[in-house]
Amino acid sequence: MLRWIVWRDLMLAWRRRSDMLSTVFFFVIVVSLFPLGIGPETQLLRSIAPGVVWVAALLASMLSLGRLFANDYQDGTLEQLLLTPQPLFLVVLGKVLAHWIVAEIPLVLIAPLVGVQFDLSPQTLRVLFVSLLVGTPILSLIGSVGAALTLGLRGGGVLISILILPLYIPALIFGAGAVEATIIGMSPTPHLYLLGAFAIVSLLFAPWAASAALRISLE
Amino acid sequence: MVARQRPRSTAVEELDIADCRFAIANLQIGNWQSAIGNDYNDRGGKSNILEVSKLGCVRGDRRLFSGLDLSLSPGTFVQLTGPNGSGKTSLLRILCGLLSPAEGEISWRGANIRALGEDYVTELTYLGHRPGVKDELSALENLRISNALNGVEVSHEGAVDALQRMGLAGREHLPARYLSEGQRRRVALARLLLCNTRLWLLDEVMTSLDKGAVGLVRSLIENHVKRDGIAIVATHQELELAAGVTKRLELST
Repeated sequence: MLRWIVWRDLMLAWRRRSDMLSTVFFFVIVVSLFPLGIGPETQLLRSIAPGVVWVAALLASMLSLGRLFANDYQDGTLEQLLLTPQPLFLVVLGKVLAHWIVAEIPLVLIAPLVGVQFDLSPQTLRVLFVSLLVGTPILSLIGSVGAALTLGLRGGGVLISILILPLYIPALIFGAGAVEATIIGMSPTPHLYLLGAFAIVSLLFAPWAASAALRISLE
Repeated sequence: MVARQRPRSTAVEELDIADCRFAIANLQIGNWQSAIGNDYNDRGGKSNILEVSKLGCVRGDRRLFSGLDLSLSPGTFVQLTGPNGSGKTSLLRILCGLLSPAEGEISWRGANIRALGEDYVTELTYLGHRPGVKDELSALENLRISNALNGVEVSHEGAVDALQRMGLAGREHLPARYLSEGQRRRVALARLLLCNTRLWLLDEVMTSLDKGAVGLVRSLIENHVKRDGIAIVATHQELELAAGVTKRLELST
C-alpha cells in the first residue's frame, strides 16, 4: 500500500515538474544571493555558509509543504485516502516519503555545488551533504503536521511557516553545527548523531500527529 | 419479473423531534419480491447489518438533524432527499466515519464503526460530490490507483474494460484535466464496477451526468442491491429501482 501511495505522489510530482523545479531554483537563488551581496570576503563567507545553506533549505521546503495535502484536499482524493483500509499514518508516511524524494533530495544533491561559492573545502562540502541528508527528513516529517493542521485555511501558506519554522530550530542548530564544527577543525559526528536522533523521534511522532490533524481538518 | 404486479404500498411515518422534523417514507416495491416468491419485509428473514440510533449532527452552531434512527438489511436502497443544506452530505460523511456525530451511534454488524475502524472501511465505498479524480493522471491511472489503495488490484485490461463500460472508450489514456465534468464523474463511478464492498454511500453522484449515464448508475445500484448490497444515495432526482427494498429518507430544514 505504501508503495502505491509513494508511486502515485511521485507520478503526480513528475507530471507537475515545474513545482519541483521552482523549489530547487528558490534554494539556489537564495543561497547564491549571499556571496553576491557580501563580495569576495572568503573568511566571512566561510563562517556564514552553514547557516545560510540550512536556512535556505528550511525556506525552500516551506514552499512545497503547502501543497503536501492541499492538492488532494481540493479535488476530493484526500477523503478517499482517509477511507482506504490502511492506517492513516501509513498514508501520511507515504506522502511524506514522496515529498522528501521530490522536494528535499534535489536540495541535498545540489547543496555541495552551491556551497562552492562560499569557498568551503571538499571535506566541509561532504559534511554539508551528509547533514542535509540526515536533516531533511525532519523537515518533511514535521512539516507534514503543519500542512495537515493548516489544511483548508485561508492564508495557510503563511500560517504553516509560523507554526513549523520554530519547530525546525533543533534541526537547524545541529545541521549547521555539524558543518561549522568541520570548518573549525572539530569532529561533526556528535552533531550528526543528535540530528539523526531528532530525525528518528520525528519519524515516530510526526505521522501520528499529522494523521490526527488531518482527521480534524477534514471534519 | 413481470409475472405479478402488486400495488406499491406506501407507509409514511412522520416524526417530530425537538427542532427538527423528518418524514420517512417507506416505499416497498413489490414486483421483484413476489417474482421470487418470497414475501419479505424489513423485519423479515435478513437481519439488519447497519443500525443507526439517535443520530444527531451539528455543524457550526446549527443543528442539522437529531434523533435519526435507521436500520438497514442487505438488499436495501435508500434514497436520501432534502433541500440544500439539510444535512445530506453530513449524514453520508458521518455514515462513512469522516465526520463524528454530535450524538448517537452507528453500528455495523453489531459493532460500533469507531471501534471497527479499518474493518468497516473495507466494506464501504464512498463517492463524494467532489469526484476525487486527479487532473494529472489519466482515467486509467486514476482508476487503477484508487482501487489499489483500497486493496483491490485491478489488471490493465480489467480497468480498461470498466472504463469502456462507463462510456469512456478511447479516453482511457487522456489526462483527466482534458475530460469534461461528466466524464470525470464517470471515471469516479467506474470504481463501483470494480469494488466488492457491501455498503455504497453516494453523494450527488448524478450531477453533470447525461441521461445515459444516469441509467447506467441506476443499473449499477440495482445490481448492487440485488447482490445483497446496501446503497445510500443522496440525490435530487427520483431513482426507481426494479429490485430490492427502496426506502426514502427525507431530511428537512
